[in-house]
Amino acid sequence: MALKDKTMLIDPLVDNNPITLQVLGICSALAVTSSLKVALVMAIAVTLVTAFSNFFISLIRNQIPSSVRIIIQMVIIASLVILVDQILKAYFFEISKTLAVFVGLIITNCIVMGRAEAYAMKNPPIPSFLDGIGNGLGYGLILMLVGTIRELFGSGSLFGVQILETVNNGGWYVPNGLLLLPPSSFFVIGLLIWAFRTWKPGQVEKREYKIMESEGSH
Amino acid sequence: MLKANPEFTPKQGLWARFMAMPLDSAPRTIAITVVLCLFCAMIVSAAAVMLKPQQELNKTLDKKVNILKVAGLYKEGINVDEVYKSVEPRVVDLKSGKFVKDIDAASFDQRKAAKNPATSTKLVNDPASIKRQAKQASVYLIRNDAGDIERIILPVHGYGLWSTLYGFIALNADGNDIYGLRFYQHGETPGLGAEVENPKWMAQWPGKKVYGDNGDVRITVSKTAGPDADKFHIDALAGATLTSRGVDNLVKFWMGEQGFQLFLDNLKKGAA
Repeated sequence: MALKDKTMLIDPLVDNNPITLQVLGICSALAVTSSLKVALVMAIAVTLVTAFSNFFISLIRNQIPSSVRIIIQMVIIASLVILVDQILKAYFFEISKTLAVFVGLIITNCIVMGRAEAYAMKNPPIPSFLDGIGNGLGYGLILMLVGTIRELFGSGSLFGVQILETVNNGGWYVPNGLLLLPPSSFFVIGLLIWAFRTWKPGQVEKREYKIMESEGSH
Repeated sequence: MLKANPEFTPKQGLWARFMAMPLDSAPRTIAITVVLCLFCAMIVSAAAVMLKPQQELNKTLDKKVNILKVAGLYKEGINVDEVYKSVEPRVVDLKSGKFVKDIDAASFDQRKAAKNPATSTKLVNDPASIKRQAKQASVYLIRNDAGDIERIILPVHGYGLWSTLYGFIALNADGNDIYGLRFYQHGETPGLGAEVENPKWMAQWPGKKVYGDNGDVRITVSKTAGPDADKFHIDALAGATLTSRGVDNLVKFWMGEQGFQLFLDNLKKGAA
């Protein structure tokens, strides 16, 4: 049991990462990774929401009619997200100001519903909860990696602490503006997926098509 | 003459019959959905109601901190409410440029007023792209120990590249010398437009003047310095042309005739 729990938490970090292997939750990874602080809060919020939505959905999984299961999952996820948003606004006002609309967008994060549909609907509450935590951590890990690259080279700082003195402040580092714009995380995530799959060749997907060998020539 | 229905067994209650229905039957689907929605709605509304006072507190505190910051009165660890006592909130009618006395200044919400058609006007000449402007505006006065006005803090807002920038501009008592400009809410690109929050950039504002000798708005945010640059020119942000242009427009708008110019004139003459 203990071993299984551990693998459930560690597995989604690298071997079954929601972003690099399952390629879920990309849109929010683009939006919130330009600064590490925001990425960290987002990762925590998504982890909590995934874990608790998995837990509650699994709790009532035997009572959910399959015809409306997606709607029921959405109701639970949306309620949890609103709850997180309200709590942030009440007790972490500064952070909620920087996250603004992104908290609401957790509802549309594919990881949350993906795990509910793929795992929580078929498994008991406690493993589902752990699965949610694990996947949230896997998401968070990638977010932090992308955030580190983007913030360090985009604004020369980490967690808002200046590491590379930028030209604007009289230093030497000319920040790379592209890294502050959302498309750059496409590149960074793409490179990460490449790195992960080179490290663990088992993650490489089978080709769905094969280019035909040319038969002779004219 | 009542005859018992042989199909009906009194032991089998409504609940048992409900549970015996298949999961996908219509009554059960509807019942589950309704119960779940009601339950979630209750939790969400309970959280919203219970946390509301704390959230409102945060919002007013945040606003006070920002006013104190632009006024140069904020330091880490001060008691905000205590220091804020030296700030006197007032409401000004923009058309007449005079104080309005029958509106409670502490609770006046300029943003709400700008949305309400009864308390706002639709702008025709709208360089700051704010669409509707409230007829009344908040101003914050800071008096020295003798009771004379030392600083005037005016709320300004306008559209940048992605978002509306909200900020305060602080003027010295003559209504012309800039003491500082500070944006407290915006959604500009981090590292580019969001550099409006960079202390280095903000440090350009103090000491500059808003109006030229004949009363026209001279303060300019631009790439190239014009005449009298040391008095009126703020260097635009590198890589954020549209945000800089937005700041230029909104400062000109709020300092101009449609904004606070009349009020500042009146204040100088003692006729506000």
